[in-house]
Amino acid sequence: MANMNIIGALNSALDIMLDQDENVVIFGEDIGYFGGVFRVTDGLQEKHGPHRVFDSPLAEGGIAAIAFGMGLNGLRPVVEIQFSDYIFPAYDQIVNEIAKLRHRSGGEFWTPVTIRTPAGGGIRGGHHHSQSPESQFTHTPGLKVVYCSTPFNAKGLLTSAIECNDPVIFFEPKRCYRGPFYGDPHDVPTWADHPDADVPEEHYTIPLGEARMVQEGEACTVIAWGAMVHVCEQGISDSGVACDLIDLQTLVPWDRDAVVDSVNKTGRCVIVHEAPKTSGFGAEMAASVQERCFYSLEAPIERVTGWDTPFPHSTEWDYMPGPSRIAEAIQRTQEA
Amino acid sequence: MTKREPDPTSEPYTVPTAPFRPGDQPEFDSWPWTPADLDRPDPATCVSEDTREHAHGLVRVLSEDNLASGAWDPGLDADTLRRGLELMVLLRIFDDRMMKMQRTGKLSFYMRSFGEEAVAIAQTMALEEQDWIFPTYRQPGAQFVRGRDLVSMINHCIGNIEDNVKGRQMPVHYTYRDGRYISVSSPVGTQFPQAVGVAMASAYRGLDEVTITWIGDGASAEGDYHYALTFASVFNPPVILNVVNNQWAISTHRNFATGGSNFASRGLPYGVPSIRVDGNDFLALYSVTKWARERAGAGAGPTHIEVLTYRAAGHSSSDDPTRYRPADEYGAWPGGDPIERLKAHLCALGEWSDEQQEELESRIDEKVVAAYKEAVTHGDLASGPYPPASTIFTEVYEEMPWHLQEQREELGK
Repeated sequence: MANMNIIGALNSALDIMLDQDENVVIFGEDIGYFGGVFRVTDGLQEKHGPHRVFDSPLAEGGIAAIAFGMGLNGLRPVVEIQFSDYIFPAYDQIVNEIAKLRHRSGGEFWTPVTIRTPAGGGIRGGHHHSQSPESQFTHTPGLKVVYCSTPFNAKGLLTSAIECNDPVIFFEPKRCYRGPFYGDPHDVPTWADHPDADVPEEHYTIPLGEARMVQEGEACTVIAWGAMVHVCEQGISDSGVACDLIDLQTLVPWDRDAVVDSVNKTGRCVIVHEAPKTSGFGAEMAASVQERCFYSLEAPIERVTGWDTPFPHSTEWDYMPGPSRIAEAIQRTQEA
Repeated sequence: MTKREPDPTSEPYTVPTAPFRPGDQPEFDSWPWTPADLDRPDPATCVSEDTREHAHGLVRVLSEDNLASGAWDPGLDADTLRRGLELMVLLRIFDDRMMKMQRTGKLSFYMRSFGEEAVAIAQTMALEEQDWIFPTYRQPGAQFVRGRDLVSMINHCIGNIEDNVKGRQMPVHYTYRDGRYISVSSPVGTQFPQAVGVAMASAYRGLDEVTITWIGDGASAEGDYHYALTFASVFNPPVILNVVNNQWAISTHRNFATGGSNFASRGLPYGVPSIRVDGNDFLALYSVTKWARERAGAGAGPTHIEVLTYRAAGHSSSDDPTRYRPADEYGAWPGGDPIERLKAHLCALGEWSDEQQEELESRIDEKVVAAYKEAVTHGDLASGPYPPASTIFTEVYEEMPWHLQEQREELGK
């Protein structure tokens, strides 16, 4: 075990996969010599060589296309899109190509691409360094969509994503790279004393499709992913209500049993995400929860999300769901 | 706000026009290029500057007298030429039959390669069997070179129970892994940078494999074209990047795809050796592709080729080109017809005759008709049998996740 932040945990996963599988190659903007703008690939080019870890031209559509071709010809490419806001030039290659190849070719071809991308707000990044576009990929058949939240699950989930023969979009909450974020921008701790920062130095996996029960309680189920997991911890604490907190970890396919069992137990459900409300993945969760748990529900399902607006710069703390909005939503479920 | 004085003689910006529209008499300038024009640089050491004349000129081998000459004459034996002719005739007859099937409601859709038969056939014949083919919908002929069974192709076009892609793709969107023919995709241009990735993987793995891909003149306006050139020029993998300039992208004339003088020369500033070739000259196409293959095999990297040709048919069975171009424009095309030209060459060599051609055409027609009859025994468009409905849910992922299992159960089939 070693204490790692999310950056170190992701670096460890990549390092181990480069060691274990000669078909793993890593490329993206600034990820080679420099080690990435968030340092996730620091040292990997020096250790594994410039043909396995390299900088790419600034062309996200090209990065995705190259990964597609490499993946169908025996490699296991892991690419970085520097900010998930910049993934859209690659959207056609991801949605129409990478996601569809196995199906459209009758299973004769597939491409096991992993696309890592930092997402979410909280770094004063304005609307083009802060978005959380997971629902624009959960709506695409053929992709698996993962959103890590801690050093421990970052490493285990990324290892699974790389080993997976399906394409995976892997979101990393950039606000939490160096410490869990509980919603107070003036008090951001590091991962140093956090139990989920104790990370095995060796290879391990966390299965895709399994949620993580962060804490247990009888009165309400709170579902979140990414940075919001930690904000929900604070929100639950502030609410004074005993809650199950489910970190979904994988959005496609999401963990049906974990969610259904919890909501059937608590009869209440609050879903929290940073992304805008309309057509956010919370809408899918809310619909699925009512389909499966309607007769257990004691209160309307609550959603606490980013607003249906562009993500702001200096007012980002009024945009991102914070502990007070989450606590209020939890308390509303108790009043019904 | 200031406004310029209106000038009725100038336009605010340039909107290109097609040279000829319905009702016009198409008259193309005769081509100035001859087989003697261009040298054949050493493929292993050639750099883009060495190909400036090749990008702005035109590599040709067959001349007006139907004989081969010049530095690019590949020196093919008569058996190889006859095989090329046979496969091109097969493609044309196959297309004609399939188009008839579409017109009589037996196929949902079809796309012909009419006028462009030499492209995929000559170019694939110039490659090694381990090389990857990354086609558009206008290169089905490569599969003939790689030995694909006609019945299997027709099964796909029908979408019957034997369709290897299980009724998931429109006709002509073939997948043929055994022939290293990668799945065709409808979004135009996406395969171009993907092919660069395939080639990079071959190079990484130390395999003697080259990847060839094509894009249309129209799709060369897509970002994907430029991604491919950028990554190819930066990483130097063994890839052959062809722009098939067939003059038309549905109704959009090629002069909407670039304001430049031609397509080949767009590769030069990328630092990629670039050659324009007469796409209806089987020997020139074969030769240029062989040269590009030699470059790639020698580790010299990518080649960018403009294949100058003419889309003699409509874009697809849904298109009516008489709405936007003269009906007889193909007849005026200076490049002639690829089948007629190779046939005339073989006849000029004394290696072929009109009688042999007739015999060939009738033999192939019988073969295509027989293949169609066999294919419909596996299901026709009207009544199937089609792939089982459960195949909607399979191969979306390697293993079917729970939500697809639930939806499959809901479908109940």
